Amino acid sequence: MSRHSENGVAPEAGLRPVLDVEKLKITFATDAGDVFAVKEVSFTVAPGEIVAIVGESGSGKTVTAKAILGLLPETAHSSGAVIISGNDVITVSPHQLRQIRGRDVAMVFQEPSTALNPVYTVGWQIAEGLRSHRPEGKRVGRKEARKLAIEALGKVGIPDPEKRVDYYPHQFSGGQKQRVVIAAALALNPGLIVADEPTTALDVTVQAEILELLRDLRDKFGTSIVLITHNMGVVADLADRVVVMFQGDVVEEATAEVLFAAPKQDYTQKLLAAVPHLGRNSASAGFTERAFQDKEVVVEARELEIEYPGRLGSPAFRAVDKVSFTISAGEVFGLVGESGSGKTTIGRAVAGLNRTTGGSLKVLGYEMLNYRERSFRRYRKDIGFVFQDPAASFNPHLSIGECVAEPLLIHTELSGPEVTKKVQELLESVQLPRAYAKRFPHELSGGQRQRASLARGLALSPKLLIADEPTSALDVSVQAKVLELFREIQSELGFAALFISHDLAVVDILAEWVGVLYKGKMVEQGIGHQIMGNPQDDYTKRLLASLPVPNPAEQALRRANHQALIAAR
Amino acid sequence: MTALIDLPAEPAVQAPQRKNKAGGSLGKYLLIRFALIFPTILILVTMVFFLMRLTGDPITAALGGRLPPDQLALRIHQAGYDRPIFIQYFEYLGQMVTGNFGRTISDNLPITGMLATYGTATLELAVNSLVVALLIGIPFGMMAASKRDKWQDAVLRVSAILFYATPVFFAGLLLKLIFSIWLGWFPVAGRASVQTEIFMTQLANPTGIYWLDALRSGNMDAFWDVVQHSVLPAAALGMLTAGIFLRLVRTNVIGTLSKDYVEAGRSRGVSEYRLLTKHAFKPALIPIITVMGLQIALLLGGAVLTETTFEWKGLGFQLAHYLTARDFVAVQGIVALLAVIVALTNFIVDVIAALIDPRVRY
Amino acid sequence: METKSSLFSRLPVISQLKKSMGLQRGMLVAGLVMTVGFLLTAAFAPWLAPYGFSQRFDQTQAPPSSTHLWGTTAGGYDVLSRTIWGAQTAFLVIVVAVVLSIFIGVILGLVSGYLGGWLDRILVVVADAIYAFPTLLLAMVMSIAISQGRSSLWSGIFSAAISITVVYIPQYFRVIRAETIRLKAEPFVESAIVVGASSVRIMARHIYKNATRTLPLIFTLNASEAILTLAGLGFLGFGIEPSSAAEWGYDLNHAQSDATSGIWWTGLFPGLAIVLTVLGLTLLGESMNDLNDPRLRGRKRAEKKARKNKELVDA
Repeated sequence: MSRHSENGVAPEAGLRPVLDVEKLKITFATDAGDVFAVKEVSFTVAPGEIVAIVGESGSGKTVTAKAILGLLPETAHSSGAVIISGNDVITVSPHQLRQIRGRDVAMVFQEPSTALNPVYTVGWQIAEGLRSHRPEGKRVGRKEARKLAIEALGKVGIPDPEKRVDYYPHQFSGGQKQRVVIAAALALNPGLIVADEPTTALDVTVQAEILELLRDLRDKFGTSIVLITHNMGVVADLADRVVVMFQGDVVEEATAEVLFAAPKQDYTQKLLAAVPHLGRNSASAGFTERAFQDKEVVVEARELEIEYPGRLGSPAFRAVDKVSFTISAGEVFGLVGESGSGKTTIGRAVAGLNRTTGGSLKVLGYEMLNYRERSFRRYRKDIGFVFQDPAASFNPHLSIGECVAEPLLIHTELSGPEVTKKVQELLESVQLPRAYAKRFPHELSGGQRQRASLARGLALSPKLLIADEPTSALDVSVQAKVLELFREIQSELGFAALFISHDLAVVDILAEWVGVLYKGKMVEQGIGHQIMGNPQDDYTKRLLASLPVPNPAEQALRRANHQALIAAR
Repeated sequence: MTALIDLPAEPAVQAPQRKNKAGGSLGKYLLIRFALIFPTILILVTMVFFLMRLTGDPITAALGGRLPPDQLALRIHQAGYDRPIFIQYFEYLGQMVTGNFGRTISDNLPITGMLATYGTATLELAVNSLVVALLIGIPFGMMAASKRDKWQDAVLRVSAILFYATPVFFAGLLLKLIFSIWLGWFPVAGRASVQTEIFMTQLANPTGIYWLDALRSGNMDAFWDVVQHSVLPAAALGMLTAGIFLRLVRTNVIGTLSKDYVEAGRSRGVSEYRLLTKHAFKPALIPIITVMGLQIALLLGGAVLTETTFEWKGLGFQLAHYLTARDFVAVQGIVALLAVIVALTNFIVDVIAALIDPRVRY
Repeated sequence: METKSSLFSRLPVISQLKKSMGLQRGMLVAGLVMTVGFLLTAAFAPWLAPYGFSQRFDQTQAPPSSTHLWGTTAGGYDVLSRTIWGAQTAFLVIVVAVVLSIFIGVILGLVSGYLGGWLDRILVVVADAIYAFPTLLLAMVMSIAISQGRSSLWSGIFSAAISITVVYIPQYFRVIRAETIRLKAEPFVESAIVVGASSVRIMARHIYKNATRTLPLIFTLNASEAILTLAGLGFLGFGIEPSSAAEWGYDLNHAQSDATSGIWWTGLFPGLAIVLTVLGLTLLGESMNDLNDPRLRGRKRAEKKARKNKELVDA
């Protein structure tokens, strides 16, 4: 039910905008000198409108969001105006700023588990916002505050609010916590909510619910929303207008339909092209049956079980429950699931980082159940691993060259100069300049580090490469390049790969055969494009239906389908 | 104690994670922490036992120069000090468990009686100092955290470090010089004047805590006398501890002030004062209390020095005396008691921290 | 991309000096000055002190004068000389003690943290038990056990040092162990495991340098605590005889009785020496701690002038 509006003109043109940002400029003082986080940004938000601010890291979108609430640190200097319902946040006194916060504008944060105080009940936390304001000059009493808190919880769809108002944050699930955060933001019915990556930390299925909730708020209460995100799918789902930022400037501003259909600026076009779109560029396009089945089997899992013992009387936790699959030489197997599905556990077990507790897992023919490190060690040279976090994947004290050389030093008898040469070759194969071998990890960007990580994983020409969410921590455009690189190298060198991700669209680009995990069980396996296009299992259907695509019209249809799916359950 | 560095609080057993619907996780956690008391005490007592035996036996220490060797050997044999050391060790453990601590060698007091008499003196000093330390350390620590990097913070931090750097006996010396000798406001040493001491020994059922006893018996002169004697020692030991508490509170509150949930509260219009005293303080209490428990040890160590400086006849004072006399029965008794106090305090601190942190409870 | 800075500016203290400003810089500088002062005094004691530390004079309890700048004690010792020599004693003890405890503590912490298992559990319980107990008291017991009453310079130093060592090993152990455990779970260590590196290689190459990153800081704070413990031992009479070496705590013990007669110079100077040394070390350690932790580090303000304008405008 998004409103249709013409190019950049908000529907209620006659009414005063809820938010008016004029020539906002923000500079930070850092160890390395002044940083111009926001160079000159202007935009408005009308009542009942949802405006998305998109950008990659360093674009200044989060800084802008914080500026709207006046939450910038002391090291920041701002100029320009941020006018909310007539008051300029930048120039107003601290006392008045406190009144504006919560009453006229509120914030929803990215990480719900840290946005809630662990030692107080949620009711107390919601009431805090109420108690700090005095509507109509009267103080809000405890009973009154509690009543309003229960109401707020009900508004965001928390079941049983009378009981749950006294619960502590850790007693809620991730999605529910985010609802609580939204409830706290809503407590005083502000006209504007600033949501900073509100669903980035949530699973896809939960994300869909929260986006639905946000839309609901706008429809029922007329709340305007400024949505900060880097996820174009979320933008297509929720936003009326989009503001694209790049390195502190506004690059383009348009309604959602116009932006996705006909982006004007180069940067926007590149950004949109880099977003993985489900169904496009599939690795398994045109396949009718599973490939590589005539090759040797590199990984074989049969009724695999991985259980963590409970502490003193608590029941054991089954992370992986009777999962079976195979990976053949040259095949890319995509393992998909949300948090708690067990996908990372499986990946680590294959790499010999976790122990299995039941069933069978054969890696390169070696049985991993009760494996002994000493006998497994010689198989390790045929296995490579790429981790999710580029920042922590390298020893900060060693140069890139030394890190990449490590597998060579452990397993081969190459001399010093030979190792150096091989390292240089490896860096070149991942499109990094040779000179980078002398650099240290902190001197490289995230994308460059992931490439170096790939180089290290490939140093010994492994038969199997395991990649655990290798692009999740990267910007969209960087992600696209790294995925492309991965695809090229894999087809060139022909190693088998286990690619783990929560992002279906990304998996589809790389994997020919896909397995879907839910709570430790493998619920569906099949050819990539078939799973994406024609899922059989309920959970897979739900998973796919919740995934937003970067196209507003298409997304509106998908949303309708998703509603139908939920209603039919 | 370098518990000033933010060590990620590492209990030997980790607190249970996940919500456990039965709520029994709290009980299990506390049970484990309780069970840890025993190995702790055992280790310390064992260490001291063997260390003391290394120095020889008490009879030689006391009478070595005065008796001829064969008589010395006879006495040693009579007292059983020439048996194999492990036999003596297990016999000692057995005695401890049954509560039979024996008597001191040098002055022949029953150990339990000795502990009770001097223990209450040390307890009184420790509590007085702790009160001073908490009253100064916590509010000023919060103030330093809220005014971080401004001049108030600077002054407070440097003062805190200055207090910590001043050894108790030096602080005591200065306090004595200024307030007792030059100004004459407070007495120089002792727990009470001679009259009050005599009065105390005549009481029927003394608790051993002088001000309490004085109040109970309605003797206000004695009460004020005791209070006057308490001021300087409590000030000396208390200020040192206050300095540590101040830095502890400051670091942890700064830590919680920078957390997202405080920013979230700020975004809803909560005042900075309330954010500091309610939103940031309570979560910071958990690590603060845990470390404070460890600081009890520091307090006890400092008590030894304070007692010697002010001739406050408590356990610390006696320990030094007994050590020099090689009276290891007495030394072991004192160490055992201190080990129990330390282990118990840490356990109680764990209980309190668990009560504050709902994640452990529910 | 940053250019590689010179080795000099990457040294621990120097790099922090450059990063700091305002109060923290002041603390760091003050701490540095005092610590260096202490070290120099300790090193040059024989030349700085007008007299020997065990030299006795006839004028006892004499107030400060031109011959005895800081007066003399009841035993006839020159206060100034003994205070200066005391720095050397303190330095020696601290160096021996801390070096020993770091060595043992770091190795134990690394191995225990990395290998885990029952060895680790036992070590942790033992370390916690010792750590929880008053250091001074334990040091007292140890010092008696070691020196057995004899206390020439070196045996006195060693007994004090070893007592302090044993008592502080648990601290290093705990910190290094905690860091090792944290590092074990870091991707770069796991990467080394996947590649097939041996445990020794992992500990030496990957964990050791990263775990000991905070060591200079702990060492500094530890040294300050150790000086206090040494002084405490000396004060209670478990330290070093005056004829073997000068020790601040011992001097303060004798100054207590002087105080009741109003004689202030015998206690004030050694006491001040302790305070300044510990103050210097602690300031140094605290500011290093602050500067290492980006959360606690103070930051420069951008365009301070503009803030004033904000206050004036009233919406």
